[in-house]
Amino acid sequence: MKKNNAVLLSAPYLVWMVVFTLIPLGVVAYYALTDPSTGAFSLGNLANLGMYLPVLWQSIVYSLVSACICLVLGYPVAYFIAHCGPFAQKFLYMLVMLPMCMSFLLRTLAWVGLLQDTGIINTLLGKIGIGPLTLIRTPGAVILGMVYNYLPYMILPLYATIVKIDPRLIEAAEDLGCNGVQVFSRVVLPLSVPGILSGMTMVFVPSVSTFYISQKLGGTDTVLIGDVIERQFKQGNNPNLGAALSLVLMLLVLVCTSILNRFGGDQEEGGVVV
Amino acid sequence: MKRTNRVLTILIFVFLYIPMVVLVVASFNTGKDITEFEGFTLRQYSRLFQDSSLLELLRNSLIISVLASAAATVFGTVAAVGIHNLNPRLRKTAMTLTNIPMTNPDIVTGVSLSLLFVFVGTRLLGQRNSLTFWTLLIAHITFNLPYVILNVMPKLKQMDASLTDAAMDLGCTPVQAFFRVTLYEIMPGIVSGAIMAFTMSLDDFVISYFVSGLDFVTLPVEIYSYTKKPLQPKIYAMFTLLFLMILALMIAMNVIQLYTDKKKAHTRSAGL
Amino acid sequence: MSKELIRLQDLTMEFDGERILDGINLYFNDHEFLTLLGPSGCGKTTTLRIIGGFLTPTSGKVIFDGKVVNDLPPYQRQVNTVFQRYALFPHLDVYDNVAFGLKVAKVPKDEIQRRVTEMLETVSLKGYENRRVDSLSGGQQQRVAIARALVNRPKVLLLDEPLAALDLRLRKDMQNELKRIQQATGITFIYVTHDQEEALSMSDTVVVMDKGRIQQIGRPEDIYNEPKNAFVADFIGESNILDGVMLSDYHVRFFGRVFDCVDKGFAPNENVDVVIRPEDIDIVPQAQGHLVGTVTSVTFKGLNYDIIVEFKGFKWLIQTTDYQPVGAVIGIRLNPEDIHIMHKSEYSGMFGDYSSYSAEYDELTEDAEDEEE
Repeated sequence: MKKNNAVLLSAPYLVWMVVFTLIPLGVVAYYALTDPSTGAFSLGNLANLGMYLPVLWQSIVYSLVSACICLVLGYPVAYFIAHCGPFAQKFLYMLVMLPMCMSFLLRTLAWVGLLQDTGIINTLLGKIGIGPLTLIRTPGAVILGMVYNYLPYMILPLYATIVKIDPRLIEAAEDLGCNGVQVFSRVVLPLSVPGILSGMTMVFVPSVSTFYISQKLGGTDTVLIGDVIERQFKQGNNPNLGAALSLVLMLLVLVCTSILNRFGGDQEEGGVVV
Repeated sequence: MKRTNRVLTILIFVFLYIPMVVLVVASFNTGKDITEFEGFTLRQYSRLFQDSSLLELLRNSLIISVLASAAATVFGTVAAVGIHNLNPRLRKTAMTLTNIPMTNPDIVTGVSLSLLFVFVGTRLLGQRNSLTFWTLLIAHITFNLPYVILNVMPKLKQMDASLTDAAMDLGCTPVQAFFRVTLYEIMPGIVSGAIMAFTMSLDDFVISYFVSGLDFVTLPVEIYSYTKKPLQPKIYAMFTLLFLMILALMIAMNVIQLYTDKKKAHTRSAGL
Repeated sequence: MSKELIRLQDLTMEFDGERILDGINLYFNDHEFLTLLGPSGCGKTTTLRIIGGFLTPTSGKVIFDGKVVNDLPPYQRQVNTVFQRYALFPHLDVYDNVAFGLKVAKVPKDEIQRRVTEMLETVSLKGYENRRVDSLSGGQQQRVAIARALVNRPKVLLLDEPLAALDLRLRKDMQNELKRIQQATGITFIYVTHDQEEALSMSDTVVVMDKGRIQQIGRPEDIYNEPKNAFVADFIGESNILDGVMLSDYHVRFFGRVFDCVDKGFAPNENVDVVIRPEDIDIVPQAQGHLVGTVTSVTFKGLNYDIIVEFKGFKWLIQTTDYQPVGAVIGIRLNPEDIHIMHKSEYSGMFGDYSSYSAEYDELTEDAEDEEE
């Protein structure tokens, strides 16, 4: 009796998810394999993909670099927050969350104001006799945009993992003769691995598929795969090629996240949802 | 070590907040340029409230996010209860399905849904504009559902399974048992799932950008088209107001949570 | 004779191809305190959950008051349960927890008030009405759970290891309390536990279970004194179990010696298990002993000493109030009523606390058999 109820309750949801997540992916594949003008089966779109390999590679490099920078910057912050008093923890956690709730379009636009040739940073630098420097429309600016936008996605899962580490384990390690550095490298760091992995994934996935950040902060040579896809749909009007590229992007993310997860073994539902 | 961490943390927070400070400052600027502060004014705020189209966009965004998160919360909670009681193999399949929108890049989700809607709308139904308010709503419900499921499932798992047994033992039908017992136990998960879904919906740009039609546009999508031209400063005013609202909301939630935690801790210690 | 209330007929239960219950036949009388006793995984909780309606048996019948109720859901059964970890509703206070079943049944408000108050008095929790349940101690939570079930005036109360989470002292108090409540209300109690002492001291009838099968049903004294097989003998109390041969009625041979006993009805020369309870063994000077052995270990237990005595490589547990130093050579005497004879079963050779295999003993037995020929 119970089992039937369970099926009854979950079936509408499962049907919904199949119709609106699995089937759309099938439709993407369908478009990727049809000719844009005739609508007939064609491998032309896939054949054209070779052209975009450099863009794809660039996207991977940029987002991996961003994810690593996020890790380096985010870990100390997460560690610091996790070792504050309960009130400060709540408050700082909120401060990390807050930017995520604000329009990332506008926040990225603020960076344009900060970085442009006549922007705030260059004006300030000019006052002390430096510059003006070329800050915007560089690869650095794109990576900065990614780090800025997705750093909270790194900090929150790291915090959630670090805060759960039993302080008695650290005491035990000290008791067994570890100094501060050893405690960190032998106990704290290995135990943070799940947080690191989910943080890396959560930064990497949106970074590798972004188009807004590279459009606003990047130049003509910092085109990312997301840009290309967006253009196919919204400007180029070649949804079939766009579909093929989307498939590639999806596979890329799938491969990268499964490689990441291979590092840490299975951690089903272990990560934090943000 | 602790001191360097503290300094670094402060620097990172400065980094995270500088662009927002820039936007807030810009909302009080008499000049139009974000980079140059010419003088203080509140004119942008009065302009904002006179701009009916901007307010309508905000209203649209709220409509979509309230409807989508409410629907996803009810639908997702029911589904979570079902999934929780499935046999392990089916449950795993359900969770894999749930994780697809979570792990897929937003752009892929957006593109795939828009292709589906266009395919069904134009090819199968012969409509001219296949992207409408309803497609936008469906898309939002779809990416909201996993947030609800992933927040409710752990609460169901944590819940003592014998509580529902106890309710039925005492005469509740399964439905009564859900409303009289289970619902109370999983409420924190439902609430956090609903809040998450709501903010994700309110903020969503990428997916909405691909699936919204001309008849119903949300604020982020419209802001994107604005940003291709020089931005009107009243947008900064709106950003500032939204910032303050969300800040107030978060502080309120934290205060409430702190208060209830304290109350719980108090009764617990009284019992010992 | 009180009337039969519940009958389980050829009950089997399978989960994922694994057989949890294997042909359970059992009946429960009205006003009875019956205990299902067995190690974890023996099927006792499954049996209870089937009676409660939380599980549907794979095959067999559950008969309640003459009607088959296999598919009747829990909320339609006149049975209430006290759950293992109480399963009190954390969002309700003590009063609302107890009133829960009555409210669901839409009993008038003033009657609810009266019955809940009365029931809280019965379990000595008057004045706790508005307390949060998580602010109560384990023993108090236990009482709330009992009150919550009993207030509905069920015909049968099912209790699933209700005392397992309590400390020893509280457990003893609650045993008396439960027995008192059962006698006061006259409700049939079906009690599940793995604690043999609990089972023996509270029950009218004990059902010993293992591997999904009933091993023995009987009054506590019978179960203890006349265990049916090695499993029961070992599970209830401590015992030394040895191989023996039943020569004829009232005569059994083990340790190369023929002993008088009080058992009969075995086939001539049937191989049997012989059970000797450690507290039944009398220690005597060497010369007067039926058997002579060497003390190899002594443990002070408070009430008595547990001493391990080796007889020809074969270790026995003896409980005695007389201190015997390690290395002492002692004799023991066995009276006929101290020797319990059981048929061989699948459990033979697996149990007995210390009476494990001894090569010396085997030789001895063989010698004896040779002599006989």
